[in-house]
Amino acid sequence: MEDSIRILRINGPIIWSYGDTPLKIGEQVFVGNLQLIAEVIGIEADHTIIQVYEDTIELKPGEPVYPTGLPLSIELAPGLISSIFDGIGRPLDYLATKEGDFLKRGTHSEGLDREKKWEFTPSVKKGDLISGGEIIGNVKETSLFNHRILLPPSISGRVVSVREHDEYTIEDEILQIETSKGTESVSMLQKWPVRTSRPFIKRLQNKKMLFTGQRVLDFLFPIPKGGVAAIPGGFGTGKTVTQHQLAKWSDADIIIYVGCGERGNEMTQVLTEFPELVDPVTERPLMERTILIANTSNMPVTARESSIYTGITLAEYFRDQGYDVAVMADSTSRWAEALREISGRLEEMPAEQGYPAYLGSRLAEFYERAGSVLALSHREGSVSIIGAVSPAGSDFSEPVTQNTKRFIGAFWALSKELASARHFPAISWTDSYSEYIENVKPWWDQFGNDKWSSFRNRMMYLLTEDQRLQQIIKIIGADSLPDDQRLILETAKLIKQGFLQQSAINPNDAYSSIEKQMSLAELILYYYDESRELLKKGIPVIRIWALPITTEILRIKDKTPKGEEHFISELKSRINKEFSELKTRY
Amino acid sequence: MSVKEYTGVERINGPLLVVSGTKDIGFGEIVEVLDRNSEKRLGQVLIADMNFVLVQVFEGTKNLDSPATKVRFIGKSVQFAVGKGILGRIFDGLGRLRDNLPPYLAEDFLSVNGLPINPIKRQYPEDFIQTGISSIDGLNTLIRGQKLPIFSGAGLPSHRLAAQIATQSRLLGGEDFVVVFAAMGVKNDLAEFFVEKLSQTSGSSRSVFFLNLANEPAIERIITPRCALTAAEYLAYTLGMHVLVIMIDMTSYCEALRETAIAKEEVPSQKGYPGYLYSDLASLYERTGRIKGRSGSITQIAILTMPNDDISHPVPDLTGYITEGQIVLDRRLYGLGINPPINVLPSLSRLMKDGIGKDKTREDHVNLSSQLYAAYAKVHEIRALAAIIGEEDLSSLDRSYIEFGNRFEKEFIGQGFDVERKLEETLNLGWSILRILPRSELTRVTEEEIERYL
Ligand SMILES: Nc1ncnc2c1ncn2[C@@H]1O[C@H](COP(=O)(O)OP(=O)(O)O)[C@@H](O)[C@H]1O
Ligand SMILES: [Mg+2]
Repeated sequence: MEDSIRILRINGPIIWSYGDTPLKIGEQVFVGNLQLIAEVIGIEADHTIIQVYEDTIELKPGEPVYPTGLPLSIELAPGLISSIFDGIGRPLDYLATKEGDFLKRGTHSEGLDREKKWEFTPSVKKGDLISGGEIIGNVKETSLFNHRILLPPSISGRVVSVREHDEYTIEDEILQIETSKGTESVSMLQKWPVRTSRPFIKRLQNKKMLFTGQRVLDFLFPIPKGGVAAIPGGFGTGKTVTQHQLAKWSDADIIIYVGCGERGNEMTQVLTEFPELVDPVTERPLMERTILIANTSNMPVTARESSIYTGITLAEYFRDQGYDVAVMADSTSRWAEALREISGRLEEMPAEQGYPAYLGSRLAEFYERAGSVLALSHREGSVSIIGAVSPAGSDFSEPVTQNTKRFIGAFWALSKELASARHFPAISWTDSYSEYIENVKPWWDQFGNDKWSSFRNRMMYLLTEDQRLQQIIKIIGADSLPDDQRLILETAKLIKQGFLQQSAINPNDAYSSIEKQMSLAELILYYYDESRELLKKGIPVIRIWALPITTEILRIKDKTPKGEEHFISELKSRINKEFSELKTRY
Repeated sequence: MSVKEYTGVERINGPLLVVSGTKDIGFGEIVEVLDRNSEKRLGQVLIADMNFVLVQVFEGTKNLDSPATKVRFIGKSVQFAVGKGILGRIFDGLGRLRDNLPPYLAEDFLSVNGLPINPIKRQYPEDFIQTGISSIDGLNTLIRGQKLPIFSGAGLPSHRLAAQIATQSRLLGGEDFVVVFAAMGVKNDLAEFFVEKLSQTSGSSRSVFFLNLANEPAIERIITPRCALTAAEYLAYTLGMHVLVIMIDMTSYCEALRETAIAKEEVPSQKGYPGYLYSDLASLYERTGRIKGRSGSITQIAILTMPNDDISHPVPDLTGYITEGQIVLDRRLYGLGINPPINVLPSLSRLMKDGIGKDKTREDHVNLSSQLYAAYAKVHEIRALAAIIGEEDLSSLDRSYIEFGNRFEKEFIGQGFDVERKLEETLNLGWSILRILPRSELTRVTEEEIERYL
């Protein structure tokens, strides 16, 4: 019976099959004698179209296709944290023990360890009436992370029995529940189809700031928890470094890092660096809140397409527990290209640059899964998405960038010019934007400083003026400008080099605390205001620049680690001192 | 494996042919195509159907006629015979010996497609390689296990730079490289240049050549780099050697890929190139690096020609998205006689940050390189201004930048193809040129570094 489906045709990762057993769209199947993992993506009158998540080389027509009756799903339970999975949710360390250093084919694997026991503490008792998505207990998964065990969303009823506090595997029964369909047994493990978003009670407004420790983002182009940002940029402009920075330093509870069609070494880098880095808030190894999905550029292109869904499903699961989750997807363009490649093999009618006409709607579906919600557990949780975009030819007018722009709230545009001058992060202050300023203002007022919004406005004003003046000095040179305009240029230089630049590899500056951000901004604006006073007294601007304090302001960020922010504010008195000395000479 | 043979093909289109009535032929299987004189060509199955197969013929379909053609299926995908004996040998673009010397002992037959390395098994590369070239060592450091391509333009001396890297590269305290060289569609004299130069310096038994020349079948080029990388993986991961792979010219490779795609009537993405060009290139470039617990390594230098010197053309663009940086050659510098004509601004080594600095190269390396970049980027702005207002009207600060720029290009970059500089010399030279600028401009380096090195 199982053998009644056969391969008809193989065209790269796409195969056609025929046979009597009906298959469903989205159903997971195993293909060929090697039982390669695959998914049904189309059903035609006389054949079924299947995309295969592993290399199809040497696969032959006539080989069998095995149905499973189940959609492509991911396992959700304790054991996820610190793990690294491939694009279809197989743990890479398990594959390494089975297959060795290289990825081979046909290894079926469960997503999570079946043997390991977890210390489970129930939070419901016999007789409780509970509904789908509610918290039924807790497992301390890492020293940093409390895994809240959820009742699967589809089940509700009265608790018949609960296991007491003890150690259980994820498959052990922990609860029996009387539902309308009879008594059901519940374990910690649930499976969820990756292409279906998980249900919640309602959407909430995004109000909390996603603090990233990156000045240009937090100060100028912030996003809230639950927000969506895109990082478009040509090759080598800093998409991956920025994503890594966010994964390291942003104040989400859980980080899901999806390496989608990018370099193997970049995943290795995360795996080697993160366990050694410490969360600035909790002071625990960063790996204890991180999950990696790796589908590198040389792994099968179809699994690249699914890796994004695998990542976002994991994120929703933790959101439903009441956590703030941030998903980094590097790069969404590779995912879009995977769509294009599959669409091409299906000979669909292309829209722009060979991309399928449904590119926009697929992007929308993905980004729609972000947001803050009131979860079925009655807790508030959020999923933020930060997607890298890799525009062909660095041309932001290409389809993926343009379509992405429709669904995001913050656009962090990377600039080739800045990157080649090694101004990092090369995030352009002229082309980037954030639509979330109003969302995060209350947060800044409360936890940061209520001067943020006025400082931000003043900085943006100076940078915009600088932009205009730069056009003029390209033609006449800076010397011909009046002193008040030259002061704007100089202050903008301080903002660019002394504030916006932030080296990811300088341990003092890779993470910038709120205090550091505020005191640097205040210092530079103070310098500007005081300089204007000097100009009024007729002191030439070049005299002011020549003061040692000017270069000191440029350097202070690189020298000031967390905890020593007061050194920055103290420079204000040096400004006073040097400026008043200067005054006495006039 | 049973060999299956069919006579007659249904359709011929460009490098493709359709054979019908086939049975049990696997996807990607190797195909022998025999013309009416029984001359053999090789091909590969692109679509395997219950009733027909679509075959891509590497040597082209010229002079094939439908009824007389015989097609033979071997039952496996394209393979390359590895063994210690490949060292010192010259192969053709399909991995067959072309040096008329006796065959070597094949220890294994490996599929040329290779397998992806499990990311958790990779060893992150961080060992500095001294190439002796200042603009690379100082500013775009090459790391053992890195893929760092050269973006060239028609007529620019990328081959001389590649040869310079291959002959001068030293691992501080490590052993020398074995070189695997793959030529795709290059002219005969260029191939000879490499064979001679590499055999001379690394010793003829420390290099392997795969040559597909300009006048040889274009489609064959699709296999050439795969054979070379299979050889490299064997040398690195089985025999534990440090391998430097040089592949030239990736643009010809991509054109061959495009030819097949067009014949298959695939939907193109950009400039006629297929949508899977990125994945295809990645399947080559990612075959680089180091593996935990294995002593060898693969370092890859792919050379490509930017059509019209356009870095946004799909071939350099997609390459840059996959590789760990790029070395970009520049026509203006070449015209000025500055060699190797490396334009450092668009050049990049992504692995540099992890392989340099205190305990690795020198403590000032990171900041010095950042300072040189910042200053040189500024030179370009000032040159643009000077072009409008004239150099005389520049401020004295701007004039010092102009002087810095000229000396940086002439001395730091323009060392010549035959000069080898120690890293120490490179860094000190960088500092000495920075002396042209006032101290207050040197904000990317620390005060301590200025005290110590300026
Ligand atoms: N914030 C940063 N600090 C220091 N260096 C950076 C920073 N951002 C980018 N870089 C440099 O730029 C290089 C390319 O960045 P990467 O993120 O890999 O680019 P992309 O992913 O856009 O191709 C890095 O290897 C690093 O040298
Ligand atoms: Mg990247």
